[in-house]
Amino acid sequence: MSKITYREAVRQAIREAMIRDDRVFVMGEDVGHYGGCYAVTLGLLEEFGSERIRDTPLSESGFVGAGIGAALGGMRPIVEIMTVNFSLLALDQIVNNAATLLYMSGGQLNVPMVIRMATGAGRQVAAQHSHSLEGWYAHIPGLRVLAPATIEDARGMLWPALCDPDPVLIFEHGALYNQEGDLADEVSPVDIDKAAIRRAGSDVTIVAYGGTLRTALAAAEQLAGDGVAAEVVDLRCLRPLDTPTFVSSVARTHRAVVVDEGWRSGSLSAEVSARITEEAFYDLDAPVARVCGAEVPMPYAKHLEDEAIPQVADVVAAVHALGA
Amino acid sequence: MTKAKAAPVPVVETEPAAGDHGVHLLREMLRIRRFEERCVELYSRTAIRGFLHLGIGEEACAVGVMEALLPDDAVVATYREHGHALARGLSMRATMAELEGKVEGCSRGRGGSMHLFDTATRFYGGNAIVAGGLPLAVGLALADHLLGRRRVTACFFGDGAVAEGEFHESMNLAALWHLPVLFCCENNLYAMGTALQFTESETDLSLKASSYRIPAWEVDGMDVLAVEETAREAAQAVREGGGPHFLELRTYRFRAHSMYDPDRYRDKDEIEKWKERDPIPALIARLTHDGALANGDLDRLEAEIAAEVDDAVAFAEAGTDEPIEDLERFVTSGPPTQAPTS
Ligand SMILES: Cc1ncc(C[n+]2csc(CCOP(=O)(O)OP(=O)(O)O)c2C)c(N)n1
Ligand SMILES: [Mg+2]
Repeated sequence: MSKITYREAVRQAIREAMIRDDRVFVMGEDVGHYGGCYAVTLGLLEEFGSERIRDTPLSESGFVGAGIGAALGGMRPIVEIMTVNFSLLALDQIVNNAATLLYMSGGQLNVPMVIRMATGAGRQVAAQHSHSLEGWYAHIPGLRVLAPATIEDARGMLWPALCDPDPVLIFEHGALYNQEGDLADEVSPVDIDKAAIRRAGSDVTIVAYGGTLRTALAAAEQLAGDGVAAEVVDLRCLRPLDTPTFVSSVARTHRAVVVDEGWRSGSLSAEVSARITEEAFYDLDAPVARVCGAEVPMPYAKHLEDEAIPQVADVVAAVHALGA
Repeated sequence: MTKAKAAPVPVVETEPAAGDHGVHLLREMLRIRRFEERCVELYSRTAIRGFLHLGIGEEACAVGVMEALLPDDAVVATYREHGHALARGLSMRATMAELEGKVEGCSRGRGGSMHLFDTATRFYGGNAIVAGGLPLAVGLALADHLLGRRRVTACFFGDGAVAEGEFHESMNLAALWHLPVLFCCENNLYAMGTALQFTESETDLSLKASSYRIPAWEVDGMDVLAVEETAREAAQAVREGGGPHFLELRTYRFRAHSMYDPDRYRDKDEIEKWKERDPIPALIARLTHDGALANGDLDRLEAEIAAEVDDAVAFAEAGTDEPIEDLERFVTSGPPTQAPTS
């Protein structure tokens, strides 16, 4: 057991993958000489050299597409995009190529690559660096979308993602990089298909992922003081969704609150809510509730940003409003 | 990773027997021409649907460049790629079956005319996003670079692609990283109905490559021998580690952009003028003059190609529809897990 940050956990995972498989390389803006815009790749250039820790120009579409091509050519690229907002410049490559090539080619072309990026708000970096657009990507058939919310997942999801023959997007919430926690010295492989129950409870199910898992767990702790036993489900994999895990939880607790930093309209929270309604309608004692990001471009001022993203009190209030 | 030691440079036959080789080039161009003419018929009787972009008039570009490639090289093309696919060695049967949406097609009928794929010949599509294939070509070449393989990735795109950001990003990346890409710009002077002078502040496209320090050639894309000669030289330079090279193939499409296009934006005279430079009669005249094509040879060639096209059509028509149960197959490599009602 050792104390480690989320950032270090991601770095360890990258290092391990690079040592384990010669085909793995990292490519992105400022991943090398700068050390990564979130310092995730710090020190890796010195260890692995500039061929494998490859600084790119500011060409999101170009280098994401090059990652796809390199995957077609037999490599296992880890492409880093600074933040999800910048990934919009690479949408063409991600949606029109990475996600479609296997299908469009009748099963001939696999795209075994990982695209990592930071997502989410909470650092007062305003409306072009803070959004939670992972739900958009979770809409796209052909992609796997992961959201490691814990140190174990930050450490353990990368290798299975690289082993996936299809493209995998990993969303790291920017507010998590400094989070510290214990990590077992022996890393056990993690399952990238399944959601996880992070806290057991019988009165309500709180569904969260990525950056909102901490909020959900803190709310559950507070609710325990009020005599409400909340179960917390961490989605972990946003596509494909592990529906049975959260549906069976709701079937036991009879109430559900979905927490999502993304905007409410047309969102991942809407999808989770719909699936609960489709599959556990008769188990519900109350309508499914949602706590989502306010539908505004993220404001800079601290009090406004706080107001725009789900807070512990919002989750607690939503649970109580369901009669729990 | 210890970088793999670069393999020796493979040698591409540089001096093919002139006569036989000329007939081979003629055959390849004719195969494409007759194939596409048949596509028009099939389209009018609705055996082929969707978008159909013909390269009639542009055959010399695909045929000439493919001569410079080895089996291990890769090809990335656009939605106007029947000619590239056939010249690269996809069977006419699998290509026609794809156009007819049959499971026997090279993409199992998933792609259609715009999305021909074939891993056996390293043919990576069939990309219908203008300029969307260029970054893929850069990546394929990057993989070759990292793995120490001396291979060339030939990337075809139109003049319209030059205006896209992905073109510039890809040129810069390929040049910056010295990657083995042969960029082949088929400049047919129009992007759909918009002529080059209405879209580019600088219409000399090879200058764009030069600005990235990529060696560039302007080539008469209506002369298959010229295309082949330049492509061989460029491909060899790429293969020898000379970094990316750029060919601007000056060509013209004789038919409309697609079957939907009423072709209102060009003068009939202009089209007729370019037809005088049709690469096929030009080569026939030359081969006849050189004595490489004797009396009756052309008829024999045409008959053989007609038989091949007939056979491809018969194959496509005898083809089967992919079972509906397979609709979700190949979305991912695993079984479909996304079904909401699991
Ligand atoms: C990104 C994108 N924008 C627009 C289109 C629609 N479109 C299809 S082909 C085409 C013209 C492309 O011209 P060019 O690159 O010169 O190729 P050509 O058709 O002449 O072979 C356009 C605008 C598209 N397919 N992709
Ligand atoms: Mg054009």
